[in-house]
Amino acid sequence: MGHVLIGKPVVAGEAQGLVVASREPLSFWGGYNYHNGEIIDRRHPLSGQRVGGCILALPSTRGSSTTTAVLLEAVKAGTAPAAILTTQIDTFFALASIVADEMYHSPIPLVALDEEDFCSLHSGMQAVVRTDGQVILLEPESASDNV
Amino acid sequence: MNNLLSCVLLASKEALSFETNQIKTLDRRLINGSIGATAMDIRLSLYDRSLLAGEHGPAAQLAMRIITRMAQVYGASELLDISGAHIDSTIYIGEAGLEFTERLADLGACVVVPTTLNVSGLDEHGWQDWAVPADWAEKARRQMQAYQCMGCTPTWTCAPYQTEWKPSFGQQIAWGESNAIVFANSVLGARTERYPDLLDICCAITGRVPAVGLHLTQNRAGQLLFRLLDIPPDIQQEDIFYPVLGHLVGKIAQDDIPVIDGLSVRPNEDQLKALGAAAASSGAVALFHIVGVTPEAPDLKTAIQGRQPQRTIDVDLPMLRDTRLELTSSDGDALHMVVLGSPHFSLAEFRQLAPLLAGKQVHPGVQFLVTSSRAMVLLAKQAGYLKAFEDFGGKVVVDTCILASPILPASVRRLMTNSAKYAYYAPGMLNTQVAFGSLEDCVRSAVAGRVIRETSRWDTY
Repeated sequence: MGHVLIGKPVVAGEAQGLVVASREPLSFWGGYNYHNGEIIDRRHPLSGQRVGGCILALPSTRGSSTTTAVLLEAVKAGTAPAAILTTQIDTFFALASIVADEMYHSPIPLVALDEEDFCSLHSGMQAVVRTDGQVILLEPESASDNV
Repeated sequence: MNNLLSCVLLASKEALSFETNQIKTLDRRLINGSIGATAMDIRLSLYDRSLLAGEHGPAAQLAMRIITRMAQVYGASELLDISGAHIDSTIYIGEAGLEFTERLADLGACVVVPTTLNVSGLDEHGWQDWAVPADWAEKARRQMQAYQCMGCTPTWTCAPYQTEWKPSFGQQIAWGESNAIVFANSVLGARTERYPDLLDICCAITGRVPAVGLHLTQNRAGQLLFRLLDIPPDIQQEDIFYPVLGHLVGKIAQDDIPVIDGLSVRPNEDQLKALGAAAASSGAVALFHIVGVTPEAPDLKTAIQGRQPQRTIDVDLPMLRDTRLELTSSDGDALHMVVLGSPHFSLAEFRQLAPLLAGKQVHPGVQFLVTSSRAMVLLAKQAGYLKAFEDFGGKVVVDTCILASPILPASVRRLMTNSAKYAYYAPGMLNTQVAFGSLEDCVRSAVAGRVIRETSRWDTY
């Protein structure tokens, strides 16, 4: 059993997958290609990474209010992250997840963590997200045993 | 965001238990899909509950369900009435957005407050002149059609505040589109949160919004104080001063509320428009105050509601000079296109541009494009401002812009603009290099066929 972070389930749901983490906020409009799940903001540290199906950890969204529409497209296209972890309650991510639930019964689990817990996340970890907002971090080795 | 969470009001226990039971009965997912055990209960009005119960039709029910779930995310304790909306979800992004819009329209959605529409994905009557694929155009057109079916006014502009639908001081509204939000809040003193795409139309269909954030007086106080130090008045009179200042302020403020003190000239509407659009691109600024200029800032104390600023930032000319340079992402001078009008070009801007073009011709290797609304272009034409523009070789695109519609041919590798918003987004979204300059620089460069920038006044101080 790995390290457990207690977060706030902004939109409740379960997910498991590879963590991709950055401390830099991201606008999905102009920053996320929903056709393939690639981060395309060339100024962003995760630029070039494909994060569909991953546990994406970003402090918050940035800028454009069209982020919500892009994330909804990603849900429909099957290229959305499996869950999103943030530091603040991000209303743009929340809206996209809620509309995805209303439209496709496919909400993106969304958990807000405190700053310190968020900073303990690193790309390459395996994580399990629970409906109560718990995020269980597994070491990469033990995770691969489980998969 | 902290503001949103700190403004929770307490409702009576009786009311809470009654309301909560109502919600549970009406829609289980409302509770399950949201914050769960830590959910803050929302006091809903009879009207809210009748919407949730489907008494106003299935579209209004869906819209209200989304609003109520979002109200829990925002930490709102109740909803409030709005009397206007501006919809940003008009931009065609893909199939899911179109499906959402058409579902609402098919379910009989109808807006209950005067509602304007932001830029769409298409110049409805002129897209064939550009690089827009026909199948893409068809989907964008369907999205435009669906919003009109819901009773929205087809303004197709990101500058609705320069039309007859301009909101008034203190008016509660639900606006999307970052530059429109910041203008409405700051320059007009209307009150809107930063509404994301898809939520804006839900607010227009129900006439209700979560009572949080910038809707409430206590959350509108300035937080960061920007003091202008020794900025010469003739620099402050230049149009280009405003997008540069906005870009700098947005970058530092992010989503805090900046107060700018020390302006010695009175900026015009288009200068304030440029400042806000820049600050809402480099940051997430939804409200700024300028002491002695904007309506909630007759003096510094009022602007910060008698509190202490969290931080004071001194702005001098060298900082602005660096910021101006930062908006240019190009080091070459070959030029393919000049593009003006983000936010959409106003009648006053057409008037300002006309004499600069008189008797001149655009270089054959350069396209000279203005993006605006159909209303402004019609007014400009009637006022006689388009004659010089057409003789010059300029082109107009209405209803949309270069960021919202795939109009640019692949041959356009370097743009020049006086818009900080275009300068901020074009490199990433369009993969073009951008030269940022004044309106006069843009015209000079369009004639010469290469980037020319006159910065001597900024450099001599």
